[in-house]
Amino acid sequence: MTALLELTGVGKQFGGLAALNRVSLHINAGEIYGLIGPNGAGKTTLFNVITGLYQLDSGKFHFAGQDYQSTMPHLLAQAGIARTFQNIRLFANLTALENVMIGRHQRTQAGVFGALFLNRATRTEERASADRARELLRYVGITKSSQTLAKNLSYGEQRRLEIARALATEPMLLALDEPAAGMNATETESLKVLLHDIRATGVTVMLIEHDVKLIMGLCDRVAVLDYGRLIAEGVPDEVRQNPAVIAAYLGSDNE
Amino acid sequence: MEIFLQQIINGLVQGSVYALVALGYTMVYGILGLINFAHGEVVMVGAMLALSALTAMIGWGLSPLLALPLSLILAMAGCMLLGYGIERIAYRPLRHAPRLAPLITAIGVSIVLQNLAMMIWGREYHAFPQLIANQSHHIAGAIINDIQIIIIIMALVIMLALMAVVHRTRLGRAMRAVAENQHAAQLMGVDVNRVISVTFMLGSALAAIAGLMVSVNYGLAHYYMGFLLGLKAFTAAVLGGIGNLRGAMLGGLLLGLIESLGAGYIGDLTGGFMGSQYQDVFAFFVLIAVLVFRPSGLLGERLAERA
Amino acid sequence: MNKFLNNKIIYFVVLAAVLLLPFATDALLGRGWVRIVDFAMLYIMLALGLNIVVGYAGLLDLGYIAFFAVGAYCYALTGSPHLATAFPMLFPDGLHLSFWIVLPMAALLAGGFGVLLGAPTLRLRGDYLAIVTLGFGEIIRIFMNNLNAPVNLTNGPQGISRIDPIQVAGVSLNATQEVFGITLPSVHLYFYLFLSFTVLVVFVSHRLEKSRIGRAWMAIREDEIAASSMGINTRNLKLLAFAMGAMFGGVSGTLFAGFQGFVSPESFSLMESVMVLCMVVLGGMGNIYGVILGGLMLALLPEVLRHSVVPLQQAMFGKTVIDPESLRMLLFGTALIVVMLYRPAGLWPSRVRRRELDTDEVAP
Repeated sequence: MTALLELTGVGKQFGGLAALNRVSLHINAGEIYGLIGPNGAGKTTLFNVITGLYQLDSGKFHFAGQDYQSTMPHLLAQAGIARTFQNIRLFANLTALENVMIGRHQRTQAGVFGALFLNRATRTEERASADRARELLRYVGITKSSQTLAKNLSYGEQRRLEIARALATEPMLLALDEPAAGMNATETESLKVLLHDIRATGVTVMLIEHDVKLIMGLCDRVAVLDYGRLIAEGVPDEVRQNPAVIAAYLGSDNE
Repeated sequence: MEIFLQQIINGLVQGSVYALVALGYTMVYGILGLINFAHGEVVMVGAMLALSALTAMIGWGLSPLLALPLSLILAMAGCMLLGYGIERIAYRPLRHAPRLAPLITAIGVSIVLQNLAMMIWGREYHAFPQLIANQSHHIAGAIINDIQIIIIIMALVIMLALMAVVHRTRLGRAMRAVAENQHAAQLMGVDVNRVISVTFMLGSALAAIAGLMVSVNYGLAHYYMGFLLGLKAFTAAVLGGIGNLRGAMLGGLLLGLIESLGAGYIGDLTGGFMGSQYQDVFAFFVLIAVLVFRPSGLLGERLAERA
Repeated sequence: MNKFLNNKIIYFVVLAAVLLLPFATDALLGRGWVRIVDFAMLYIMLALGLNIVVGYAGLLDLGYIAFFAVGAYCYALTGSPHLATAFPMLFPDGLHLSFWIVLPMAALLAGGFGVLLGAPTLRLRGDYLAIVTLGFGEIIRIFMNNLNAPVNLTNGPQGISRIDPIQVAGVSLNATQEVFGITLPSVHLYFYLFLSFTVLVVFVSHRLEKSRIGRAWMAIREDEIAASSMGINTRNLKLLAFAMGAMFGGVSGTLFAGFQGFVSPESFSLMESVMVLCMVVLGGMGNIYGVILGGLMLALLPEVLRHSVVPLQQAMFGKTVIDPESLRMLLFGTALIVVMLYRPAGLWPSRVRRRELDTDEVAP
């Protein structure tokens, strides 16, 4: 197995506070990788570092064979990291179809010239882009009209739309920020199926979750953060037995 | 050398006014992350109110020494009410709306205030009554008068007082808490809405003082005076690091100095091509330069991460 | 099929109405009103340009009129005898470039200013752009007012006059012309010129809106962080929107200078920027037809006020208490607040079109 993403000694400070303290981890190509930890452990910070929302203060960022000094979100997206957001950030006043088509942005080229003159290349690209978008909507299980505004979709559908939008960027790594938050048991179950499906298409999946049980049942490997440090990394069974992990979870509330 | 010293004095006086207005921008920004576009107009309303009150009181035969502080208090009260109203009507309902929305209402408020002022006070420049014997003092060839001395001292005292309020009182602690994290502050029992209202009122009171200072210094008040003043004070706030109180003071004084030295020497610098009528251009170039080279300002730090 | 036919009929009726508009206005209200309608078209173009910036990309440009000024002064300088006073040796009679040469240059120059202004500000939060553009509008005015010395470039507050009229195919639009036996006064000719430009601007806006670029702009408007996470280079796209809007402004400015034959700094005050913003916000940000409606309403409003408020006040109080100019600004300011509070999508919102009726097939 080769590492798709490799972080070495990554640090991130806010004010004088170290939110991440020399975190090193790697995510292998083709696996489902889970990131857990008690509240305030630095999960979200790490997630934002991986998706480029935060610039790392120290350490190395290596993705798909390349080192990255500057990690702007759009650069990482173009490199092949797509994400969803914990508190759903769709383009609310655009249609479901448009939302996914925007995900196609970086895989298409039409510029102002194409927009104004609608030449053959642009028309073909637009049609292909819309077709792919509709396909993805079906794939994640959105059955409503693709012309429904994103804000008019149900909560579960919005979460799925975010995944469709992320997949439209053709990522190598799909990063999900608490994808099951607010979902009921059936929805969570079908999410699990969807994530396995996505992995089967060759996309590596990484997720943060509050729900430890979900992570343990879903992931190939799990990392545990506590106070900005990585305290364990490995297959679920191993991590479950790790005394540091048990202490971290018992020390805080029972999550 | 005399010219240099004279420009420094003028710059400090003007800078004190900028600093007071900039504090209003920076306090609101620190707490709400919002640029209160209408703040410049509050300064104008303060000046106009003070002028009207003053003229009326002098008309009743009140001694100028009594009328001046009384009209200042009146103007402050009026502006506090105005600031409170602006926040309630134009900003509070939009606190969770898209970014663009409060900016647009703020522009609306500015336009309304300006035109209301024009209807009430007319289009003309109002001469500010000369009330106190304004003695001039000569220092090494430069001139400074009593009013200018009072302005600088008053501005300093007010800024120190404000720092004390923010860092020493319960209210100040609540303000800092809301600035840090609104949600958490609410959970800790801070009445966030009240704190925001008070912040607007404090800023508006400072604006009223600044308005009176400008008008007394130049002997003029005008319905349009708030626009440029507001723009420059905002520049001062950005220069110092918006959201940062000390930054606003530093930025205000610095901008005053830059402007007055720039206006004094621009003729020499450009070989007579540009004259002091370009004074108003400096603030703008300072703003652009700060945004290019140090968007967080001189004393600011946490702007970049707050996307 | 029937519906299709109906649409065609409606289309032709609208087309005929628009084409006959100057004649109808002339006959019913007088020639002065045709001129007002011409100005309304200029404002509609301006508003559509600002709509790209504010409506699509969600960037608040408060100095938009400055780009209009850049275009206007471009043509005023190069299409009038004025340069003779500044450089008598170089241009003894002024430059007198053709309008059609100046037009693309002015558009590029305005766009260039847009980039120059946007580049440092657009990577920061949106509020900064608002303030910087506000300042820029003011600066441009200061320069226009003062660049009459030591070299008289702009003729200061007096402005530049005797600008050459626009010529189309060698025919001056400033004189009455006979076409196929129909007499067309100057204002009518300009109406058709402006109409063609407006149609072009609408076409460009429409194509942009429905394109990959337009979608990216709207994504930025809706959620900048999410947009950049989708691989959109938000800074470059914002810059593009800003520059495109500025170019539209430059084009309208050039038309304005040719039409009016005279420009002065007074035409480019902050209030004009606010008025154009008002058109966009009131009509419905992001919706072309809403913006046209807003532009039309607000361009005609001052005239309506002049003809109603003054006589009304005269009748009621025997004198004019509130002059129509400040009443207009007061209405604009109030409209901005009220619309944002109660109807943020404007009078004619973009998404209330019969979305659900649209078929799932995407337009080619």
